[in-house]
Amino acid sequence: MEIPYTVEVRPDTGLYNAKMGIWLFLASEVMLFGALFSTYIILRTGNPDWVQHSMNVPLATLNTMILISSSVTVVMSWASLRLKNFARFRMYFTGTLLLAGGFMVVKAIEYNQEFSQGLFPWSDNYMGIYFALTGLHGLHVVGGMVVIGYLLGPGAKMWRTAPEQYVNRIECLGLYWHFVDLVWIFLFPSLYLL
Amino acid sequence: MSPIDEQHPEEAPEVSEEAHEHAHDEHHGEHEESFIWKYVFSTDHKMIGIQYGITSLLFLAFGFALMLIMRWQLGNPGQPVPFIGGLLGQANAPGGVVLPEFYNQLGAMHGTIMVFLGVVPLAVGAFGNYIVPLQIGAPDMAFPKLNMMSYWFYFLGGVVMLASFVAPGGAANSGWTSYPPLSVAVATEGQTYWLIGMVFLITSSLLGAVNFITTIVQLRTKGMTWMRLPFFVWSQLVTAFLLLLAFPPLEAAAVFQLMDRVLGTSFFLPSGLIVSNQILQVAGGGSALLWQHLFWFLAHPEVYVLVLPAMGIIAEVIANNTRKPLWGYKPLVYSTVFLGFMSFIVWAHHMFLTGMGTVMNAFFQTTTMIISIPSVVILTALLLSLWGASIRFNTPMLFALAFLPMFGIGGLTGLPLGLAPADIHLHDTYYVIAHFHYVVAPGTLFALFAGIYYWYPKVTGRRMNEVLGKIHFFASLVFINGVFMPMFLQGLAGVSRRLYDGGATYSHAQGVLEWNAFMSNSAFLLALAQLPFIFNFFWSIKMGKVVDSNPWRATTLEWVATTSPPLGHGNFETVPVVYNGPYEYSVPGRDDDYLPQNVAVQEG
Amino acid sequence: MQALLNRWMPIDASAHGARLDALSVWTHWLMAILFVGWSIYLIYVLFRFRAKANPKASYEGAHSHFSSYIEGGIVVIEAVLLVGFAIPAWAAWTDLPASGDIFEVRIVAQQFTWSVHYPGPDGVFGRTDINLVDDPGGNNIGLDRSDPAARDDVFSLNNLFLPVDRDIVVYLTSKDVIHGFSLPQMRVKQDAIPGMMIPVHFRAVMTTPPEARLPECFPNKTCWEIACAQLCGITHYNMRGFYQIMTQAEFDAWMADQQAALGNSRP
Ligand code: HEA
Ligand code: HEA
Ligand code: CUA
Ligand SMILES: [Cu+2]
Repeated sequence: MEIPYTVEVRPDTGLYNAKMGIWLFLASEVMLFGALFSTYIILRTGNPDWVQHSMNVPLATLNTMILISSSVTVVMSWASLRLKNFARFRMYFTGTLLLAGGFMVVKAIEYNQEFSQGLFPWSDNYMGIYFALTGLHGLHVVGGMVVIGYLLGPGAKMWRTAPEQYVNRIECLGLYWHFVDLVWIFLFPSLYLL
Repeated sequence: MSPIDEQHPEEAPEVSEEAHEHAHDEHHGEHEESFIWKYVFSTDHKMIGIQYGITSLLFLAFGFALMLIMRWQLGNPGQPVPFIGGLLGQANAPGGVVLPEFYNQLGAMHGTIMVFLGVVPLAVGAFGNYIVPLQIGAPDMAFPKLNMMSYWFYFLGGVVMLASFVAPGGAANSGWTSYPPLSVAVATEGQTYWLIGMVFLITSSLLGAVNFITTIVQLRTKGMTWMRLPFFVWSQLVTAFLLLLAFPPLEAAAVFQLMDRVLGTSFFLPSGLIVSNQILQVAGGGSALLWQHLFWFLAHPEVYVLVLPAMGIIAEVIANNTRKPLWGYKPLVYSTVFLGFMSFIVWAHHMFLTGMGTVMNAFFQTTTMIISIPSVVILTALLLSLWGASIRFNTPMLFALAFLPMFGIGGLTGLPLGLAPADIHLHDTYYVIAHFHYVVAPGTLFALFAGIYYWYPKVTGRRMNEVLGKIHFFASLVFINGVFMPMFLQGLAGVSRRLYDGGATYSHAQGVLEWNAFMSNSAFLLALAQLPFIFNFFWSIKMGKVVDSNPWRATTLEWVATTSPPLGHGNFETVPVVYNGPYEYSVPGRDDDYLPQNVAVQEG
Repeated sequence: MQALLNRWMPIDASAHGARLDALSVWTHWLMAILFVGWSIYLIYVLFRFRAKANPKASYEGAHSHFSSYIEGGIVVIEAVLLVGFAIPAWAAWTDLPASGDIFEVRIVAQQFTWSVHYPGPDGVFGRTDINLVDDPGGNNIGLDRSDPAARDDVFSLNNLFLPVDRDIVVYLTSKDVIHGFSLPQMRVKQDAIPGMMIPVHFRAVMTTPPEARLPECFPNKTCWEIACAQLCGITHYNMRGFYQIMTQAEFDAWMADQQAALGNSRP
C-alpha cells in the first residue's frame, strides 16, 4: 500500500504531507529562534553593564539585500517550474544557491573583521549572542544550500520521474528559505541597529 | 521482532546493553544482506516501533540499575555495593563504596535516562510508532525515512549519554536539571557529553513530532473523523505538539550552555563568581536563572509528555476490559487539548523559590491550579467509565486499574507543591521526589506495562503468560509503594533531595531516617519483581499462547482490520473504512459485545 | 490532619509558618477526601461490576451529574485556597516590613558553607569586594575592614544567631553556584543565587530550646540547622549550618563578645 497524500492534496486539510511537515518544522523553528531572541532580550535588559559593539552595518545591509533577492529568486524558480520551464527554474534556483553562497562569504568576511578586532564569542555577552544567533542562522543557510544543491544535482532527476513531487519539494524548500530570510530580517535590526 | 541475545558473555557495566545490541546487529548483517534493511535500517513504522521498544526497555532497566546502586548507598551508607561493587571503577567507588561524586552522577543520569531515553521513547517512539498508524488505518507513518532518522538520532543520543560514564571525571553530575553555574563552572567533561547527547535527543523528538502530527492529520483513513479517533491517538497528537513546541527552547539553551562550557562565553554566568577561592575568569554578565526558565519551559510540558500517552493507553485498556464505551469521550479529548495548551504557561512553578515577585508568583500558582482541573476531569471520566461495566481482570487491566489511584496520589500531591506558600517547606525535599515518582513510576510505568501486555499479541501473535503477569503486577504494586510512600514522610520532615547520605547528617531527618533502608529494600524487591516480566517477555515470543488477530475482542482498527502481526509494509490488505466511534462495546441489540470501527451497521 | 502533619513536620517557630502550615493542612484535607472517596468508589465498582457479577455491560454507563458537582467543587475549593490563602500568604511572606525594628543580616553561600555577615552595632554593612575574598585567611565574604562601616561588622561561619520576636531580613546571595537556604523550623527556604541578592523575611516567635542548641545538640542530633536544599556539588549533602534563636539579651551579650574580640569596646 502506498502512503496517501505524498503528492496530491488531502481535500479536508488542503495540504500534501510534506507541506504539512514543513509548516510544523517551521513552527518548531519559530520556537527555537523565539528562545534565542528572548535570551538576547533578557540578558540585555537584565544587565546594567551591557556593552553594545558597533558592527559592520554596510556589510550586513548588503547581506540583507542578498537574502531578500534570494527569496525572490526562489519564488521565481518555483513559479517557473510550475510553468514547466525547467531551464528557467534551473537558472533561478542556481541564482538562489549563488546568492546564499554570497551571503556566507560576506558573513565570513564580517567574522574575520571581528576576530581581527579581538572580538570573540567570549569577549562579552553581546558578542556571545551575536555569534550564537548569526552562527545558528548561518547553519540554517548552509543547510538550505545543501538541500538546494541536492535538488539541483542528483535530486533533479525526479523532475522526469515524478514532476509533481519535485515541484512540491521546491515549494517546501522555498517555504524554509523564506523562513531563513525572515529570521535574518529580525536579526539584522536587533543585532546591528538597536 | 529484533531477537535479543541474552547470553552475551561480555558484561561491561555501562555500555553493555548498547554495545551488545549493536554487536548483535552487525553480526547478523554479515550473513544476510537483507537483514540490515529489514531490522536495522527499516523504514517500516512497526519495525522502528520495535527498535524503539527494545532500546528504551533496555534503558529503563539501565536507569533502574543506576538507581539500585544509589538506593544501596542510601539504605546502607558507606557499605560496599554487593556483587557489582568491584565493577564500578576505583574512581567512582573505591572498594565498592559509592563516592559522593559518583552518587551525583548516578542521580543526574538516572533522571535523564528514565525521562529522555526510557519513558518517552517507549511511550511515544515505540507505542506511538507501532500503534498510531494502525489505529488510524494508515499504511505507515507519513515520512518513513524521517522516522528511521528519529530512531537513529535517539540511538546516537543514547550512545553519547552512555559514553559519558567513561569521560574524564565521569558522567554529568549536576542533576537532570543541569542548573548553571554548577553545570558550567564546576561540572566535569561529562556535562558536555550530556549537552551533546541532549541535542541529538531533541532532534530525534522534533523529527518524530513532525512525523506524528502529519501522520495523524493527513493519513486518517476514510471515515476516521476527529471524534472517532481512539483516545490513544489524541493523546499522541497532543504529546507531539508539546514535543514540537517545547523542545526547541531547550535546544537553544543547550547550545548556550555548550558555548559557556566550550567557548568560554557567559550566558549563564553572572559577574564576580568565585569558585574554589578563585575569581572565575569569564566576561560575566549572564543570568543563572535564564537557564531555569528555558529548561522548565521544556521540562514542564515534558512531564505531560510522560503522562499523556500513558493516559491514552489506560483509556484503551479500560474501554476494552470494561466492555463498554468510555464515559465522556469528548470531555476527555477537550481536557487533553486544554492540558496541552496550559502546560506551556506553568513552568515557573518549579522556580517559586528563586526570588520571584508576588505577581509572577500569583500568576504561576493560578495557572498551576487551573492545569490540575483537566487532569481531574480525565481521571473522573476514566473512573466513571467503570460504572455499569463488566470488568475483566486480566493483566493489562490490572495495571490500568492500579494506574488510577497511583496517578491520583501523584497528582493530588502536586497541589500543595503548586500552592507556593505550601511549597516553601516542601520544595526540593523528598516530597517532590515522591510526588513525581507516583505519577511517573506506578503511574506511567504501570500504564506502559499495561500497554505491553495489551499489545503484545498484536506484535507477536502470542499472548504473554497471565500467571507471571499477575505475579509481576501484585509484587510491583506492593513494592513500588514501599519505595515511594515513605518519601512523603521524609519530605514533610524537610529532608532535602539529592543527599548522598540520605539526610543522615541532619538533625531534622533523624525521625525518618530509618525509612531509608526500608525504601531501599523495597526497591531491590521491586527489581526482583521485574524478573517474571523479563522472563515472560522473552519466553512468550516463542512459547506464548498463540492467539487470533483480535484476542481481546476489541473495536479499534489495529485489532479488527489487520492480522497479528500486521503485514510487513502497508499494514492492511485493503484500506479500512471507518463507520463507528472507537469504543462501541455492548451496543444494545447486537449479539457481539463489540462493534468494530470498520463494520457498517444497517440503519433500522 | 493537623496532628498528622505535625507528627512528621518539624516544629514551627516562626510567625508566618502557621499560615503556610494551615494551607498545607487544608490542601491535604482536600486531597485526602478526594482520594478516600474515590478509593471507596473504586473498590466498590471493581467488586460490583466484575464480569462474574455483571456479565453484560451497560452501554450507557453512569448517568448521574454527581461527577460534575465534584469537579465543580474542586474548582471552587482550589480557587478559595488560592485566592483566600495562598496568594495573600505569599504576599505577606515576600513583602518586606516597611519600617520599624528590622534586624538585617547578610548570608553568602558558597561550596559548602554559609557565611553570615552582621552589620554590627552601627547597623551598616561594611564594604565588601570580591578581590579581598580570602577563604584560607577566613575572610570568605571579602569584607574590607578599612571601611569605617566595616569595623564593627561581625562574621561567622555556619552559625547564624538571631534575636527572637523581631522582623528579620536575610539578604541572601551566593559566590559560586546555586544553593538552597533552608531553615525547616522557620518554614523558610530560598534559593541563594549568584548574581542576585534576595531578601528573605521572617520572624521567630520562640527561642531555640536548650536541647536544640550547640554544643549539646550536636551529639544528640537535635539541633536547629541550616540545610542546603539545592544540589550544589560533591558535598551538597553535608552543607550544613546551625542557627539559634535567642532572646534579645542573649543576642546582645553575644554581639558584645564579638565586638570585644574585634577590639571594639562598647559603651
Ligand atoms: C508525569 C509527570 C508529572 C505530572 C502529571 C505532574 C502533575 C502535576 N505536578 Fe508535578 N512534577 C513532575 C512530574 C509531573 N507532575 C516532576 C518530574 C517534577 C520534579 C522535577 C524536578 O524538580 O526534578 C514535578 C514537580 C512539581 C512541582 C515543583 C515542586 C518543587 O520543586 O518544589 C510542582 C509545583 O507546582 C508540581 C505540580 C504539579 C501539579 C499541580 C500537577 C497536576 O497536573 C496534577 C493534577 C492531578 C490531580 C489533581 C489528580 C486527580 C485525580 C483524582 C482527583 C482522583 C484520584 C483518586 C483515586 C483514583 C482513588 N510538580
Ligand atoms: C520517568 C522518570 C522516572 C522513573 C520511571 C523513575 C523510576 C524510579 N526512580 Fe527516579 N528519578 C527521576 C525520574 C524517574 N525515576 C528523576 C527525573 C529524578 C531526579 C533526578 C535529579 O535529582 O536530578 C529521580 C530521582 C530519584 C531518586 C532521588 C535521588 C536523590 O534525590 O538523591 C530516587 C530515590 O530513591 C529515585 C528512585 C526511583 C526508583 C526506585 C524508580 C523505580 O520506579 C524504577 C522502576 C523501574 C522499573 C520497574 C524498570 C522496568 C523496566 C524493566 C524491567 C526492563 C525490562 C527490560 C526488557 C524486557 C528488555 N529516583
Ligand atoms: Cu549548597 Cu547544596
Ligand atoms: Cu511542572
